[in-house]
Amino acid sequence: MHMADALLSPATGLVMWAAAGTALAVASRVVKARADDALVPLMGMLGAFVFAAQMINFSIPGTGSSGHLGGGLLLAMLMGPHAALVVISSVLTVQALFFADGGLLALGANIFNIGVLPCLVAYPLVYRPLAGVAPSRRRLTLAAGLAAMLALQLGAMGVVLQTVMSGISGLSLEGFAWLMLPIHAAIGVVEGAATVAIVLFVQRHRPELLHGAAPEGVAPRLRPALLAAGLATLALGGVGSWFASADPDGLEWSVQRAGVNAVAATTPAGLHDTLAAVQKRTALLPDYGLPDDAVSTSPAGDAPSTPAQASQPQAWPAVNAGTSLAGVVGGVTTLGLVLAVGLLLRRRRQPASARP
Amino acid sequence: MARADQALDRMLALDALAARPGDAGYRNPMAHLLVTLAFIVAVISFDRYTVAALMPLALFPMALAAQARVPAALLVRTVGLALPFAVMVGLFNPLLDRNPMLQLAGLQLSGGWVSLASIVLRVALTVSATLVLVAGTGLPALCSALARLGVPQVLTVQLLLLYRYLFVLAGEAARMDTARRLRAGWQPRLALSTYASLLGQLLLRSVERAQRLHQAMRVRGYTGQWPTAPRRWQLADTVFVLGWLAFFGLARAVSLPLAVGQALVGLSP
Repeated sequence: MHMADALLSPATGLVMWAAAGTALAVASRVVKARADDALVPLMGMLGAFVFAAQMINFSIPGTGSSGHLGGGLLLAMLMGPHAALVVISSVLTVQALFFADGGLLALGANIFNIGVLPCLVAYPLVYRPLAGVAPSRRRLTLAAGLAAMLALQLGAMGVVLQTVMSGISGLSLEGFAWLMLPIHAAIGVVEGAATVAIVLFVQRHRPELLHGAAPEGVAPRLRPALLAAGLATLALGGVGSWFASADPDGLEWSVQRAGVNAVAATTPAGLHDTLAAVQKRTALLPDYGLPDDAVSTSPAGDAPSTPAQASQPQAWPAVNAGTSLAGVVGGVTTLGLVLAVGLLLRRRRQPASARP
Repeated sequence: MARADQALDRMLALDALAARPGDAGYRNPMAHLLVTLAFIVAVISFDRYTVAALMPLALFPMALAAQARVPAALLVRTVGLALPFAVMVGLFNPLLDRNPMLQLAGLQLSGGWVSLASIVLRVALTVSATLVLVAGTGLPALCSALARLGVPQVLTVQLLLLYRYLFVLAGEAARMDTARRLRAGWQPRLALSTYASLLGQLLLRSVERAQRLHQAMRVRGYTGQWPTAPRRWQLADTVFVLGWLAFFGLARAVSLPLAVGQALVGLSP
């Protein structure tokens, strides 16, 4: 459920970066203020642990599928929420760089969904109050399980909101939410179970590790956490409302100047205008049979449609075959050219690579 | 444990690519990082129906992949890794958006298919540019670039240490799982209870390893500062950055493929 660059708009990506960046800046300041130089190697090592742990899947009884550890909440329990956020962010960065999980611009959104929400929302607001100071096994199970599930659910909601706001996918808010939330409720149970199982193991064998996060005290830590979460929520809401009003406009604009020329306008008047404009453009074409607005609703065997007939503003198929063809031919040609340049550069570099 | 092994192999391959002797510093990592970010913003700033106009931008990852000698197979495999989620989301577009948009030889394509194609192309472009960035510079060099850009040291040092111990712990996890598998006989599936003690052990070992590492760092005079070797910014780097930015701007402002296509089919614009 890593957000991908390809599904993001620049505005959403940058806002999420701002939110995640604020939270990260706060977190690194808190970590630095702890001035605990033993924390530095521990953070590095536990980051590597989460990475390694995510490579191992356990099987879910009764189904053919498997699950793995999320990590954010577990890290928060071991090191405190701020160090955990820094660690999870570093894991996400390496995943984005090496495994194409997410992307560089989507990294902000991913740090927010997978790092900020578990560490700075689910941990202080769900886990800490439920678990208390020295939790029993049952209490630990309940608190960690609930917090892990909630964190995943919030993260999935984040993905939904960011995708819908970006508008690259055509999915509606409700549609995508109905798709994502039930799936992630199930995944949340599995992730919660994995987190609880490992926490109980640690509690049995090295219980002092779980108190590593405690001495910071709850009250002073909660404030920056809530501040970051609040800021991010505001940012999200702001972008959301802005997009809600800006979207139809942007879409119309996009339809008018899409690279592969889209001539489908949304209103009949617009349709008419665009058709007329296209007509004017294609009229200069002397002998090319295709671009005469061959409305595709006429079957192939039909009598060739005359330009006059085709220029009637018919119901939907307001597509200009000429520009379509130009777009496709041009696109393919450009791709070919780029590939050729790439190959040429590669060929030129080859002798260099042969040399030691 | 095919997955852990594969993941480890990929990291080692990329690391080896970035650390080739004599070729590691083909460009200032900061310049490469900045241009890659600008590239990603340029790619995703196109509207959702753009396909053809994105094509010229492929020149950037292609050219830099050639320069950094990133194998094409690696690029293709990585893009393949990234596709499933984006395509899963994008596959709804053809169902939801049926307005005709493109017409070719009697075949009509709806806006949904065009936007799906756009998503696939975006994945290919952004993922390959990111891969070329890391293969061309390497994580340590990227971290020093980040530090110079003002990223807190807590974060850059964390990235460096994570990267260093990733190979160690991933290898350990893979070996533990292989050992379990060899002993599991006819029951290769990993139950949750076994999983918990497997990963719990790994966690405890990681904590102990971190304590030993801390002692070793202290012995060698660790004071909380992390030395970095910044590379000097040269005129060539400025040219590199400005040149690519101008290219992205051009590709963003005019649809080069449409112009080419119109010239080719004989449509005058």
